[in-house]
Amino acid sequence: MKNPISNLQRVLESGAFAVTAECGPPRSADPDVVVRKGLLLKKCADAVNVTDNQTAIVRMSSIAASALLHSVGVEPVAQMVCRDRNRIALQSDALGASALGIRNLLCLSGDHQKFGNQAQGKNVYDIDSMQLLRAVTDMAEQGRFIGDDHVMDAPPRLFVGAAENPFADPFEYRVERLEKKIAHGARFIQTQCVFNLEKFGKFMALVRKKGLHKKAFIMAGVTPIKSAGMARYMRDKVAGMDVPEELIARVAKLKGEEARAEGVRICVETIRKLRRMEGVAGVHVMAIEWEEVVPQIVEQAGLLPRP
Amino acid sequence: MIVGERKPFEEIQKLLADSAKVLLVGCGTCVKVCFTGGDKEVAVLASQLRLAAAKAKKKKVLDELTVERQCEIEFVDEVAKRLPGHDVILSMACGAGVQMLASRFPEVPVLPAVNTTFLGVLERQGLFVENCQGCGACVLGTFGGICPVSRCAKSLFNGPCGGSQGGKCEIGGDVPCAWHQIIERLKKLGRLGNLKAPVAPKDWRSARHGGPRKLVREDNIL
Repeated sequence: MKNPISNLQRVLESGAFAVTAECGPPRSADPDVVVRKGLLLKKCADAVNVTDNQTAIVRMSSIAASALLHSVGVEPVAQMVCRDRNRIALQSDALGASALGIRNLLCLSGDHQKFGNQAQGKNVYDIDSMQLLRAVTDMAEQGRFIGDDHVMDAPPRLFVGAAENPFADPFEYRVERLEKKIAHGARFIQTQCVFNLEKFGKFMALVRKKGLHKKAFIMAGVTPIKSAGMARYMRDKVAGMDVPEELIARVAKLKGEEARAEGVRICVETIRKLRRMEGVAGVHVMAIEWEEVVPQIVEQAGLLPRP
Repeated sequence: MIVGERKPFEEIQKLLADSAKVLLVGCGTCVKVCFTGGDKEVAVLASQLRLAAAKAKKKKVLDELTVERQCEIEFVDEVAKRLPGHDVILSMACGAGVQMLASRFPEVPVLPAVNTTFLGVLERQGLFVENCQGCGACVLGTFGGICPVSRCAKSLFNGPCGGSQGGKCEIGGDVPCAWHQIIERLKKLGRLGNLKAPVAPKDWRSARHGGPRKLVREDNIL
């Protein structure tokens, strides 16, 4: 086997149950926010995703924040969305990311700009996430750009991944789309947050039927519920989320600190169940603006120390 | 058809602030069909402007003329006959018509009274929807007659994105997810396999990104 490009790839290929976490860059130029979040997550995650202007709100660039993490020894997964850049900028940034030492790249469509603070902006979508996957994979593996015969002498070194949302519609087609993403070069997959384990189980059954879990590493997304209000907000306002009523009820019975503790318990239970599910290669913990709880979740889920 | 929407009255008034003799020119093709800039709409706007001028005790000439198509030079020649005695043209055609008048009459300001909105269809009375962006390389054959360029909010070629739920687009409201529709339709047609093949990045040169477009039909040249 070739040497792994990234720590994340190393852990996944070793067969260990991988853990990634998430760091949302600040809405400012303050590098300390990124470094602080990164150091908090360093010991409990194999790599840390850096979101790319998520929900279309302007934040510090994903690649800059990823480079900051890398500089303090935290391995980033730079997220890259097709909303804001054309193929020239995307490919250029993929080269730049690699040059800065970033080794994991997650290719995404991106939330529509109407959700954010620049709703009047023009979106790009020159290429879509599938085409971006193909482009960066061809850059990394063949040293070629889109539609160009030129072969670069130092191709980017990137472990390329994609997202899939098992809770979006049409449900059956989600697995077809996952298959297509893998065919386009995705080596690892991070899913939307899993709250509805029954539905996710059905999704994984279809994944196994097609043998896709053997072609790419499927990491299930999880998010600790901070309060019943937050859970309802996610259910009603965040595109493609499925939060079952019984989970909301468990948290809604409690207040403040106790509600948060219940949210953590639910998250830990979910991780334990996901770990037993055949084909799930790891978890991606998205504690939105609540990064400090991640070490506790990973520890209680029995996933420390990291390999 | 090309669908347009009349500009707000206040905006039109502002555009005409310095003009005393206005020739209002409607168009009898697309914008007539979508009830925006045909002879009837020209009459309504002219009346509104006359009323506003009278209220403000201003003298304004507001003459009306509707031609068959503002986007064809031979119809635009009718405007030349009526133009003397006017200092400005207010066009109620789409942007193409406005520009045709502007190039035909370089000495007269030509102002738009209409916002050209999109290429679309009349889905039901009073409801127009966008169905084409004129990208210059039609892919409807692959995608079951539903256009991902104009009807997906992200113009994805390998959708649906993760925001599609219950057949609706993540941008909300009642916007249908075009990709949900594409899949459902291809399933019915037994052609879901169409989506298996990789779709290479689109060549956007045919869609305006290669600069303003031009179509030469040698076979039509006299």
